[in-house]
Amino acid sequence: MAKTISLTINGKRITTVPGTTILMAARQVGIRIPTLCYHPRLSATGSCRVCMVEVRGRPTLMPSCTTTVEDGMEVVTANDRVLEARRLIVQLLLASGNHNCLTCQSNGACELQKLAYDLGIEALAFPARSSGYPRDDSNAMIERDPDKCILCSRCVRACQEVQVNEVLDFGYRGRRSKIVTAWDLPYAESDCVFCGECVSVCPTGALTEKQAKFQGRPWELKKVRTTCPYCGTGCQLDLNVRDGRVVKVTSDTLHGPPNYGSLCVKGRFGYDFIHHPDRLTAPLVRHKEGFRKASWDEALDLVASRFSQIKQSYGADALAGLSSARCTNEENYLFQKLMRTAIGTNNIDHCARL
Amino acid sequence: MTNAISDIEQAEVILVTGSNTTEMHPVIAACIKRAVRRNHARLIVVDPRKIGLTFYAERWLRPRPGTDVAWINSIMHVILRDGLENKPFIAERTEGFDALGPLLAAYSPERVQKMTGIKSQDIEHAAHMYARASRATILYAMGITQHTSGTDNVKALANLAMLCGHVGVPGAGVNPLRGQNNVQGACDMGALPDVFSGYQPVADEVTRTRMAQAWGVEELPQRPGKTLMEIMEGAGSGDIRALFIMGENPMLSDPDLHHVASCLGHLEFLVVQDIFLTETAKLADVVLPGASFAEKDGTFTNTERRAQRVRQAIPPIQGCRPDWKILCDLASRLGVPMSYETPRAVMDEIASVTPSYAGISYRRIGKKGIQWPCLATDHPGTPYLHKGRFARGKGRFHPVDYAPPPEVPDTDYPLYLSTGRVLYHWHTGTMTRRTRGLVECAPECEVEISPKDADIHDIRDGDPVQITSRRGRITAKARITEKAVPGMIFVPFHFAEAAVNELTLRDVDPVAKIPGIKVCAVKLQKAG
Ligand code: SF4
Ligand code: SF4
Ligand code: SF4
Repeated sequence: MAKTISLTINGKRITTVPGTTILMAARQVGIRIPTLCYHPRLSATGSCRVCMVEVRGRPTLMPSCTTTVEDGMEVVTANDRVLEARRLIVQLLLASGNHNCLTCQSNGACELQKLAYDLGIEALAFPARSSGYPRDDSNAMIERDPDKCILCSRCVRACQEVQVNEVLDFGYRGRRSKIVTAWDLPYAESDCVFCGECVSVCPTGALTEKQAKFQGRPWELKKVRTTCPYCGTGCQLDLNVRDGRVVKVTSDTLHGPPNYGSLCVKGRFGYDFIHHPDRLTAPLVRHKEGFRKASWDEALDLVASRFSQIKQSYGADALAGLSSARCTNEENYLFQKLMRTAIGTNNIDHCARL
Repeated sequence: MTNAISDIEQAEVILVTGSNTTEMHPVIAACIKRAVRRNHARLIVVDPRKIGLTFYAERWLRPRPGTDVAWINSIMHVILRDGLENKPFIAERTEGFDALGPLLAAYSPERVQKMTGIKSQDIEHAAHMYARASRATILYAMGITQHTSGTDNVKALANLAMLCGHVGVPGAGVNPLRGQNNVQGACDMGALPDVFSGYQPVADEVTRTRMAQAWGVEELPQRPGKTLMEIMEGAGSGDIRALFIMGENPMLSDPDLHHVASCLGHLEFLVVQDIFLTETAKLADVVLPGASFAEKDGTFTNTERRAQRVRQAIPPIQGCRPDWKILCDLASRLGVPMSYETPRAVMDEIASVTPSYAGISYRRIGKKGIQWPCLATDHPGTPYLHKGRFARGKGRFHPVDYAPPPEVPDTDYPLYLSTGRVLYHWHTGTMTRRTRGLVECAPECEVEISPKDADIHDIRDGDPVQITSRRGRITAKARITEKAVPGMIFVPFHFAEAAVNELTLRDVDPVAKIPGIKVCAVKLQKAG
């Protein structure tokens, strides 16, 4: 086998290594081929046919995500024949189900919508036919709308290959095809652990974060990259903010280590506490059997004077501090600095031991 | 962790023990599962419970709780007996090997089967799998450390890794999975009684003088302070009069809660800084409202030693202040002015006084993070430790003997109780129990009981049951499941209304002072 392979894409000469797909080779030189069922973290299936290209000498169009390059290949990624085929595919997808973009949660982020736009599709060519399957509204986190599902199987592969939870698969046949859990149970009753990987890869509005519904459209959300506050994995995530409220959590393969876009249920759906009405909103000072609200100055003065008194009476080692594995490095550093300098004791620990 | 998380997918053999990874570290569990399903890695799970990963494992070894040193020693026994140890590695990179052999002689698989309940063939099989692998990694968590023998357990695992030379290369190592988001960072930053940031001992005079200079104070206390459990005891005995607790909830997380409550009750002055009125905050004299991670800038350091950014997404909730600001205000009032403009400035100071963080800055952390040790601004960081040589020169074998746990089942308290977490909640539940989706998935405390024990006690799924130890009693809902094994029940500790730590033991490991929270003896009854 030759060490490198030469081919042309849209007349452009390309040299690449064996085993590269046409899709990858094209991307290497900046030629964009549209895709739908393809996802960089998942195995390629070539099932949606949107990435079809013409290869000289082959009678049929070839899916570029699964066809590997060969020496001397001549590839055309967009001519009338290719574009017509793509339009037909997208038209069929648009007619399958009920793609109501108007208030869809994925409006603006939907890959099907974008394809339709890019291909200049103004009106449906075929009458839309609902799948007849009801929405899965069984839980507070993920909403499934089979009427927006294009059976691309990205969710199935994400669940199987990335999270290896092995919950989703194809069910039924032909026209009745549907993505199902075992026994086609709603998510809440299935083995689903709500990692949300399926939601994160779904190209349409078929799988969405339920609590984010009507809380902001994609372009209205500001994404702030940060680190998950739960376990020690330290997953990278984006807080999606609108009007000073965190309304959704997402992540992205491109964020890289440690999680490459994966999250678990806590990281992805565990953000309600931020705006919970139980949040403390003023310092509290003990008053009779309970507490009364105090100003920051009053509370801090009280703490400082009581600490000083106790230090004076019993010595610095009569004071102790428990720092927090939940707080930042900077805060832990300042905490021990405060205890060691301002108080003068090494009585500092946190709950690493627990 | 000695190695990086992504390393796991390069391992040929993965040994997971004392870590219910699919629930505690789900994203790391996904790495393990991918390694098995995609790369054909071979997985050994050693755990008393039938945890999720057993489903992916080639072998599941089920030890009786608290018998870890015994089975680890036995695996090493087999390796030595069959000559599978990595002789060149032992000769070049380690010391103290000679003491190991004689100690291991007593740990034949047949004998250890009686001590641990693990079949001798399984020990043999696991030993061969681990020793013969070209790259093998060990992952462990609280199920190994939260024992009175926790330090010994960890030493035994380190011995095993060194014996086979599975250290200092990708896909290998001895890797603790840290439970909380920033346990690693809290330790790194010197929130410990005996060290400053970067594990620099407070007892060392040169270090102390240097820190005092950097901090602009005349002197710093030289005697190492009290540990968490000692602080609690001290509060009870009157040695500790005032306590400042930031973002912790010992009234739910610590063992033997009745005791904790009485200790905290003795204090003259308790300050709690938190975002909610936790069980602990309710006992305070002053409560200071801090800010959540979404409301402040900073860094967390994850279990693979990677310092990563926390970025402010929203302003602090009305009335709250970021914790770092509160600390500055308080220190200034106590006569040590702290006038940092931003957390970035604090990180710059951390780097200037902490060798392992010396090269870390917000600019370098950027969006990829950086793994310490990072010794200078041009040092790339360290994905895996002990490459070529151990941090201390040669790796030292620390042979350890098995000692039975302080409390084992007897006729009065016939069952083992094990505690831990469930997927949908985290620690004391202050955050997760205020999140709709999570509460829906795990609304209440469920005690996992094996079908056999349920039968013996005439308990049906969903029955309220009473669990009693020598220290207390709680009521929870019975969940009869194959995940539990006969003779042992499991209760998560997230739930204040069924606080399992009312039952647990506060005996601590003599070195690490970690309480032996994972094992104690209880009895079970149908409630009502
Ligand atoms: S949420 Fe996770 S476990 Fe559930 S179906 Fe989606 S990918 Fe699978
Ligand atoms: S639910 Fe989404 S990801 Fe899954 S097959 Fe349908 S469109 Fe594709
Ligand atoms: S998303 Fe899940 S696995 Fe990742 S850090 Fe958060 S809690 Fe841990």
